Amino acid sequence: MVGAGLVVIGVGIGIGRVGGSAMEAIGRQPDAYGKIQTAMLIVAALIEGIGFAALFAVS
Amino acid sequence: MPLVLNKFYSIFTLFAVIFFTVNTVQAKDAEASVDLKTEIKEYITHHLQDTYDFSLFSYTNKSGKHIYIGIPLPVILWDEELHVFSSSKLHHGEEVVASGNKYYKLDHGKIYRTDASGIISYDDTHHARNIAPLDLSITKGVASMILISILMFFLFRSLARSYKKNGGVPSGIGRFFEPIVLYIRDDIARPNIGDKKHGKYMSFLLTVFFFIWFLNILGLTPLGVNVTGNIAVTFGLALLTFLITNLTGTKDYWLHIFDPLGSSMKWFAKIPIYIILIPIEVLGIFIKPFSLLIRLYANMQAGHIVLMSLIGLMFIFKSWLGSPLSFGLAFAISIIELLVALLQAYIFTMLSALYFGFAAEEHEHH
Repeated sequence: MVGAGLVVIGVGIGIGRVGGSAMEAIGRQPDAYGKIQTAMLIVAALIEGIGFAALFAVS
Repeated sequence: MPLVLNKFYSIFTLFAVIFFTVNTVQAKDAEASVDLKTEIKEYITHHLQDTYDFSLFSYTNKSGKHIYIGIPLPVILWDEELHVFSSSKLHHGEEVVASGNKYYKLDHGKIYRTDASGIISYDDTHHARNIAPLDLSITKGVASMILISILMFFLFRSLARSYKKNGGVPSGIGRFFEPIVLYIRDDIARPNIGDKKHGKYMSFLLTVFFFIWFLNILGLTPLGVNVTGNIAVTFGLALLTFLITNLTGTKDYWLHIFDPLGSSMKWFAKIPIYIILIPIEVLGIFIKPFSLLIRLYANMQAGHIVLMSLIGLMFIFKSWLGSPLSFGLAFAISIIELLVALLQAYIFTMLSALYFGFAAEEHEHH
C-alpha cells in the first residue's frame, strides 16, 4: 500500500516535470507548439502507465 | 429594489428546498443498512462488470420483491446444444431459468448450470464449483459495441457520400469530422509512418480512433456502459495493433530486432551482445501492445471508479453539505473525463501509428 503511494508520488513528480519542461520549451519556441505537445503527451502517457501498474498491483 | 428582493427570495427558496429534500432523504436512510460503505463498494464493482442487460434502476416494492427496470438482452449459451433466452428471465440471479432440459442461474455476474432448485456450491476460495457453459451472450458491452459500429458505419458512409455529391466539400456533420480526420492523417499518420506508406494504415487508425472515442463517451452517459474499461475489449484492440505491426513488418523491421548491429561488427563479437539484446527486443514486440491495452483499460476503469466513488460520497456524508459537494466534484471530474475520453483515443491511435512506423521503416543501406 505504502509502495503504491510512493509510486504515485513519483509519477506525479515525473508528469509535473514533463509538463513544466514542455511549457518552457513552448515558451522558447512557440512555433514548435504542436510537436512539443505531442511528445509531451506520449511521455506523460508512458509515465502514467507505471502509476496504473502500481495501483493495480495493490488492488 | 424589488428585483434584488426577488433574487434573494428565489435563492433562499432554492436553498430551503435543497435543505429539506436532503433532510427527508437522510431521515429515510437512517434506518437503512449499517455497512453503507460495503454496499457502495459492491455497487461500484458491479457497475464495472459487464452485465446481461441494460439496467436503468431498481426498487423494492411493498411486498419486499426487487423490481428491476431496464432493457433485457439475449443470452446465448452453448452447452452441448444451443440455448437462447432473454436475460429478463435470469432476474438478476434471483430465479432459476429452465432452458431445454437444463437449468441455469446467474451468480456473481456469471451464468452456471444448476439443478431445478438452483443450488450453487462454492469451494474454499468462494468460487462457484458448478459448470459454466460457453457464454456467447449479447451482453451490455457487446450490444454497445454493435450499436457504435452501426452508428459509425452509417455516419461515415453518409459522410463519404456527401463528398461525392457536393464536389469535395463536406456538408452537415462532415464539417465537424473533417478536421479530425485530417488531423489524424497529417499529424499522426504522416509524421510517424512516412509519406509513402501511411495510406494503407489510415483505415485502421481512423476506425480505432473513432471507435474508442465514441465508446469512451458512451461510457460517460447514465447508461453506465463500461466497454473500454473492460480488459477483454482493450486486449482485442491491442491484438489488432500487434498483428498489423508484425504482419506488415518489412525486412528492416525484423533485421532491427534480430540483427541490430548489422555489418558494423564481426559475427563473433556480436554473440555476447546479442545474448542480452535479442531477448529484450523480442520482449519489446509484446510489451508495446501490452502497454497499449493496460493504459486504455486502466484509465477508463480508474475514471469510472473515481466518478462512482464521488457520487457515493453523497450517501456517506448524510448531511445537507454532502450532496452539493459530491455533485460539484462529480461534475468537475465528468468534464475531465470528457477530455480523457478524447485523450486516450488519441494516445492509442498515436502509439499505434508509432509502432506501424517502426514496422514500415526502410533504412538506407550503407
